[in-house]
Amino acid sequence: MHLTQGQFSFLPPLTDEQISAQIRWALDHDWAVGVEFTDDPHPRNTYWDMWGMPMFDLRDPAAILYEINECRRAYPTRYIRVTAFDSTRGWEAPRMSYLVNRPEEEPGFSIVRQEGEGRHITYTTHSYATEQPPGERY
Amino acid sequence: MSELTGEDRYKAGVIPYKQMGYWDGDYVPSETDIIALFRITPQPGVDPEEAAAAVAGESSTATWTVVWTDRLTAADLYRAKAYRVDPVPGQEDQFFAYIAYHLDLFEPGSIANLTASIIGNVFGFKAVKALRLEDMRIPVAYVKTFDGPPTGIVVERERLDKFGRPLLGATVKPKLGLSGRNYGRVVYEALRGGLDFTKDDENINSQPFMHWRDRFLYCMEAVNKAQSASGEVKGHYLNVTAATMEDMYERAEFAKDLGSVVVMIDLVIGYTAIQSMSKWARRNDMVLHLHRAGHGTYTRQKNHGISFRVISKWMRLAGVDHIHAGTVVGKLEGDPNTVQGIYNVLRESHNPVDLPKGIFFEQDWAGLRKVMPVASGGIHAGQMHQLLTYLGDDVILQFGGGTIGHPMGIAAGATANRVALEAMVLARNEGQDIWNKGPEILNQAAKWSPALQGALDTWRDITFNYASTDTPDFVPTVSETY
Repeated sequence: MHLTQGQFSFLPPLTDEQISAQIRWALDHDWAVGVEFTDDPHPRNTYWDMWGMPMFDLRDPAAILYEINECRRAYPTRYIRVTAFDSTRGWEAPRMSYLVNRPEEEPGFSIVRQEGEGRHITYTTHSYATEQPPGERY
Repeated sequence: MSELTGEDRYKAGVIPYKQMGYWDGDYVPSETDIIALFRITPQPGVDPEEAAAAVAGESSTATWTVVWTDRLTAADLYRAKAYRVDPVPGQEDQFFAYIAYHLDLFEPGSIANLTASIIGNVFGFKAVKALRLEDMRIPVAYVKTFDGPPTGIVVERERLDKFGRPLLGATVKPKLGLSGRNYGRVVYEALRGGLDFTKDDENINSQPFMHWRDRFLYCMEAVNKAQSASGEVKGHYLNVTAATMEDMYERAEFAKDLGSVVVMIDLVIGYTAIQSMSKWARRNDMVLHLHRAGHGTYTRQKNHGISFRVISKWMRLAGVDHIHAGTVVGKLEGDPNTVQGIYNVLRESHNPVDLPKGIFFEQDWAGLRKVMPVASGGIHAGQMHQLLTYLGDDVILQFGGGTIGHPMGIAAGATANRVALEAMVLARNEGQDIWNKGPEILNQAAKWSPALQGALDTWRDITFNYASTDTPDFVPTVSETY
């Protein structure tokens, strides 16, 4: 399967040059860029592990790209996403989020149907990857 | 014609509205006044100021004749005051009338009460040939009495985990006639192919060919299956519109039990029902989608009715999370400036005066959540650069025919839209001139996306170029400071 979270998952993998351009877009809007990684890409797994704090004071796309590449070097088989945080009133939320790394093999998810009364079905989206303990998933 | 006072004012009989105290050219609205701007077409021979005063009177305290019981009240305070009348630029016999209403005239947090005054009696009033409510200024003091959108743009995005691009949707077609099982097939294919949402249409409720429970069950099967296939949160707007509140609550509860992230209502259920469903949605962490069914009967013609920007303001107060608000380029009415004005009303924290966009008043939304506009009706992937330029990021682009009518199937249609969208956002963020290079950007992406190629080959040249009927009337001046 191909995980389609993030704003550019239907495009071919972004090159470093393309990533830099997106970082520049974030910095031009005064958004802080952060890098996060996970081995549990469940759509409701909100809190991926942070590769340090959002880089509030870094204004140079090259420096941020360096951090992204460090994270990729450390976790080549994880999902890694870049998030841009907007601190202005009325937003105070992420404004961008896109994947910059994914494992070669993406096991994906099963759907678990719990059949209840009538024709009622309770659905659970299950990450195959989480059948293994953290650190042994990919 | 001077204002009368005391005994002269309250002598039994009929006197002009201006003399009754509904016109005050010197009045300066207080910051807690509600202000309405009406476009008035007086009957031939009726003085515009008198017509404005009549509208002020009939939409506040007046009746047609003098009544002594006014003297038992603080009548001077409660009378709405017409304080300014301007000829409408380029339109003969039409006038913009500004009318201020004291805040105490309105029940806190009630759209029904607000509208019962402002549009209650006055639109059938004989002294005016036609009347249109163009815009309103809602004071912060009144805004704060409403809960507003239960979810809002920011929280919806956080909940769906979708940032940095417009969301994508599609309405299931044919909108009537499919069985529950076949209906769910369309939902599954469209969501699996790359859309974020699919949608019931306004008139799909519970009909002989598909009862509502069947639809809800099959749609949620489709939503959950597409979610596992993509790893993304997906949704289907389950239309809970029904004959009674009891029915609507029952349907909404069932949608909640099945795990839906969103329910849908139609504008025709009425303002009170909308506010009730908003409270329900807030209590149940549900996104509330509003289809503006019926609005065209009173929003489209410029001389009579209510501008959709006013409806948008009311719906932001009443508390919906999505509202259909125009596409500019699609098959339905939508002048670019007017549509952008409506989007600004829905999405911004603060609206400055913007006459070219039809916004007559500064509006402070006082932290009220933002409504996600929905662009739906005759749009396709080939227009992506125009849609993104006109409508920005915080919008749901809804391609019904433009998804389901794809020659390679529904999933391919969805993929085409998603590829086109992501390619266009990527290019815009890189600083490319998408307005001019849009078609080229789409062609480049189509080289590796057969789905997009199929969409472009089918619809590339489809446009709907008709003159808009609802356009702002204003005189551009170089000295405007807004």
